[in-house]
Amino acid sequence: MHITADRIIAFVERVATSIKAERDYLTQLDAAIGDADHGLNLDRGFSVVLTKLPTVADKDIGTILKAVGTTLVSTVGGASGPLYGTAFLRAGMVIGDRQTIGAINLIGAFEAALEGIQSRGKSGRGEKTMIDAIAPGIEAFKAAHFRGIDLLEALEEGLVACEAGMQATIPMLATKGRASYLGERSIGHQDPGATSAYLMAKALVETVRM
Amino acid sequence: MKKLINAPDDVVAEALAGMALAHADLIRVQPDPLVIVRADAPIANKVGIISGGGSGHEPMHGGFVGRGMLDAACPGHIFTSPVPDQMLAATRAVDAGRGVLQIVKNYTGDVMNFEMAAELAAAEGIEVATVITNDDVAVENSTWTAGRRGVGLTVLLEKIVGAAAEAGADLATLTALAQRVNAEGRSMGMALTSCTVPNVGRPGFDLPEGEIELGIGIHGEPGRYRVALAPAAEIAAMLVAPILEDLPFQRGDQVLAFVNGMGGTPLIELYLMYRELHKLLAARGIHIRRQLIGNYITSLDMAGCSFTLLRLDDHLTQLWDAPVLTPALRWGH
Repeated sequence: MHITADRIIAFVERVATSIKAERDYLTQLDAAIGDADHGLNLDRGFSVVLTKLPTVADKDIGTILKAVGTTLVSTVGGASGPLYGTAFLRAGMVIGDRQTIGAINLIGAFEAALEGIQSRGKSGRGEKTMIDAIAPGIEAFKAAHFRGIDLLEALEEGLVACEAGMQATIPMLATKGRASYLGERSIGHQDPGATSAYLMAKALVETVRM
Repeated sequence: MKKLINAPDDVVAEALAGMALAHADLIRVQPDPLVIVRADAPIANKVGIISGGGSGHEPMHGGFVGRGMLDAACPGHIFTSPVPDQMLAATRAVDAGRGVLQIVKNYTGDVMNFEMAAELAAAEGIEVATVITNDDVAVENSTWTAGRRGVGLTVLLEKIVGAAAEAGADLATLTALAQRVNAEGRSMGMALTSCTVPNVGRPGFDLPEGEIELGIGIHGEPGRYRVALAPAAEIAAMLVAPILEDLPFQRGDQVLAFVNGMGGTPLIELYLMYRELHKLLAARGIHIRRQLIGNYITSLDMAGCSFTLLRLDDHLTQLWDAPVLTPALRWGH
């Protein structure tokens, strides 16, 4: 099974729709332990991304993802702009001028995106960030793929791990980002960044499933 | 929500347009990407000084653009860091060939966006140095957090470094000076009320009547401790004790004492707090050599205040006293 460039466009559109639908929820999560703007900022960024998509609609997957990345960097601000922007940029660089990609390319793209987020955010797992949803998701997807499972099923397994990772941020003590200033008071709240990362992963799986 | 606004999404742009109209002699506002630039920038033979951050802290930073302080400021959306395109545009607008110093408050988003901008500017051959302010003593353990936040000291640092840049100091000297100011100053803030971001429409946290929040930042985020409302003298003591212990400030030190309002506190209360601060410092044998009282680094309509103390020597005092001409700070002209 392969994913074509027009599926990637559909994925990005689905992310934009999902972020818009969950905007207030993300902002609420952020109000509890941050500064109540995560949903607003991402929605602003992906709304601009939607207007840019037609200019790359007939391009290769790398170009599409890089356009998403630069647009997010230029429009989102906060921490999520550089983090998600870097993630899409790095994924686009790894995929390059391909018109279709398979599981191996996806693994490479995911790992490059995660590495980009970790180096830009100087962060790792267990700090109550988006990494706690993304890293286990990638691991589970990769493990499923190397067990010989087909792409969609492997992605589904990845999504389950990603969701569990997101939920696992609830009891965590934040040590990165604005939530870290709350100390113990950050415990008991789900991380907004891990939540938006899960929404993106869910949008990818739903797009591939269609 | 009761605010003097037209539409939540237009607040930043409309306020900046008003600022441009009011201070056309000092600043110009460049649209898309949004940057507030000193009217006569770039200044020949001068290192450019830029800063920026989320809006909602007015007059910081745009109100500090002008002679003897910042060359440009990058305003983000309310409480959201600006994007790299803005800092790159600001850097290009103020670079006169001697490099550009970025003054960045220590918040994850600000640091990352300025870092990306610095990489882009360096790729264009512009020399960029960055100094991060992190004076907030409310954040006790930097190992387990994103590090101390940049708060009130940022205002003092921008004034002092701006004066040195105006006098012709080079980028390395200015960077060292900024680091030194950051090392010699500490702040602590408190809130009587939360604040309301126009796009959100309700207060960022819930603070019951009779309680105050200690160790707040400047983004309507909750602080570290919640305690019962107390007389001003006791609140002043709660703010000053962690500042003095942290540096530590010692008997015989000369300081710049800065009492900052969070936006929703009248000046009459800030002066009352200054009197309390003055008494507390006098009792410890610490001499206030210079002072600043007013709303300079705010958090929208939050009621509350912060104290910042900066240890002064003759050199820093001279730079503080040097002429400054900006929308929000001006003397000596």
